[in-house]
Amino acid sequence: MTSRYQSPSVASDGQALPSLRRRQNRLREAAIHRLLVACALVSIFTTVGIVVMLVVQAAGFFKEVSILEFFTGTRWTPLFDPQHFGVLPLLGGTFLTAAIAILVALPIGLASAIYLSEYAKDRVRRVLKPLLEILAGVPTVVYGYFALTFVTPLLQNIFPNMIVFNALSAGLVMGMMIIPMVSSLSEDAMVAVPRSLRNAAYGLGATRFEVATRVVMPAAVSGIVAACILALSRAVGETMIVAIAAGSTPKLTLNPLESIQTMTAYIVQISLGETPHGTVEYYTIFAVGLLLFIMTLLMNLIGQWFVRRYRQRY
Amino acid sequence: MESNTTCLEVKQLELWYGNFQALRDISMAVPHNRITAIIGPSGCGKSSLLRCFNRMNDLIPGARVKGEVLFDGRNIYAADVDPTEVRYRIGMVFQKPNPFPKSVFENVAFGPRVNGITDNLAEVVEHALHRAALWDEVKDRLHKSAMELSGGQQQRLCIARALALEPEVILMDEPCSALDPVATLKIEDLMRNLAEEYTIIIVTHNMQQAARVSDMAAFMMMEEDRAGVLVEHGPTSQLFTNPKDKRTEDYITGRFG
Repeated sequence: MTSRYQSPSVASDGQALPSLRRRQNRLREAAIHRLLVACALVSIFTTVGIVVMLVVQAAGFFKEVSILEFFTGTRWTPLFDPQHFGVLPLLGGTFLTAAIAILVALPIGLASAIYLSEYAKDRVRRVLKPLLEILAGVPTVVYGYFALTFVTPLLQNIFPNMIVFNALSAGLVMGMMIIPMVSSLSEDAMVAVPRSLRNAAYGLGATRFEVATRVVMPAAVSGIVAACILALSRAVGETMIVAIAAGSTPKLTLNPLESIQTMTAYIVQISLGETPHGTVEYYTIFAVGLLLFIMTLLMNLIGQWFVRRYRQRY
Repeated sequence: MESNTTCLEVKQLELWYGNFQALRDISMAVPHNRITAIIGPSGCGKSSLLRCFNRMNDLIPGARVKGEVLFDGRNIYAADVDPTEVRYRIGMVFQKPNPFPKSVFENVAFGPRVNGITDNLAEVVEHALHRAALWDEVKDRLHKSAMELSGGQQQRLCIARALALEPEVILMDEPCSALDPVATLKIEDLMRNLAEEYTIIIVTHNMQQAARVSDMAAFMMMEEDRAGVLVEHGPTSQLFTNPKDKRTEDYITGRFG
């Protein structure tokens, strides 16, 4: 490439210089263009690579285990005899913790969003919103240990029979982690509701709370739904908190006080463990990973669809 | 009809937004069951004054009011007055049609619902739509989105929405400025009809409109420091044909503004 460039000193007469410089500029622009495209492609290739790897490896797994057993079996014991490969206990664990998380994050996140968008003075909002978003920047491993060493002992005072590793503690802390996602995205959607609609409602004698709940929230509903789906997707994909605090006992249960295992925590366990490569046990993580990938991908697509919908409205 | 009695009386009203004085020493009386037009050049404080009548300025951070606005003899800025109660009795229609992104029915039912009126809601809604001359056009699509109506229909829906609360006064802030001439005429006809039962105050920059619809007119201007003042007010015919103040005459004859 560099051999094509000519140094300006090569030009012997002054007349040729401007056009030469222009040619150099053009070449440089073209090179920069290609470099930027290449950077953009890195993430696309990575995604494609991950999908291909997941599909190929998972295909190896499904040669050994039927898809029917995978999706309907209620026992997950790939590491013990007799081996069972029903993913439902892992799926159940994931949904149990994610459901607890969203039950925490939805009311608190929405209330914060209403406060920030309808009640807080401008100055207060400018300080509070970034502060709330810091919550999202705390490393999840910190949340994990917070759940295990602070929230769990606290909960054991209320539920003396609760096991150290349990779905409740992990779910609650995960809920705190995703509050900023719910509140920040919901607040964006509420702030986007035109001032004129609020004025119309105030003009009809509505109180601030009625304006927030009967006009602003319904008008921003697609944005709020999007926020919840994206937050749920984050909870489903969250790994560290559940790996540390929720346990490693795949169990199909709705009891949040029990020890469970989520899909993500299972993948961590096998990835870090001594399971020999090439065995069925090893391939399980790709099947679970593929399922997890499809689930979060779907949720993100639905969430983004909702975000687009509310943006088009006004 | 109590046509000659005073409905709203403004006494030495001053309004500030932060350090900016928007209105200075405004005093005027608004008679019952008449249409009063507030006219004047852009930025003279017409809309600000209108928003003082139902305390909408309360919603703007930094807005302060001095003086009194007496509504049936009672100061609406007194400490014990609830602004939502004021807005319940004094309705408002805005410059741009602003229906809620809900159905036609829910738009009209909104006011009664938040004020706890849920009996015979269907009748209340139908009556309000009739009064706003919109019923025939929407009776088959009551449960369709109000956003699908035309601009003129949306504005009449906003009037119906205000009427559903049976207010005593309706404030209109340039209600036709976003509408075409045909829709404008419909709204003006409607206003004439409504004036039999309601007191209407309309802000308009369109002097022909003020001359066509109003009984009383108030002319405002801004002073050197941009604060709005009331130059003169009186019966519309008198203000337009025989203004007392030179500035009013200059404005209505089109010499400025």
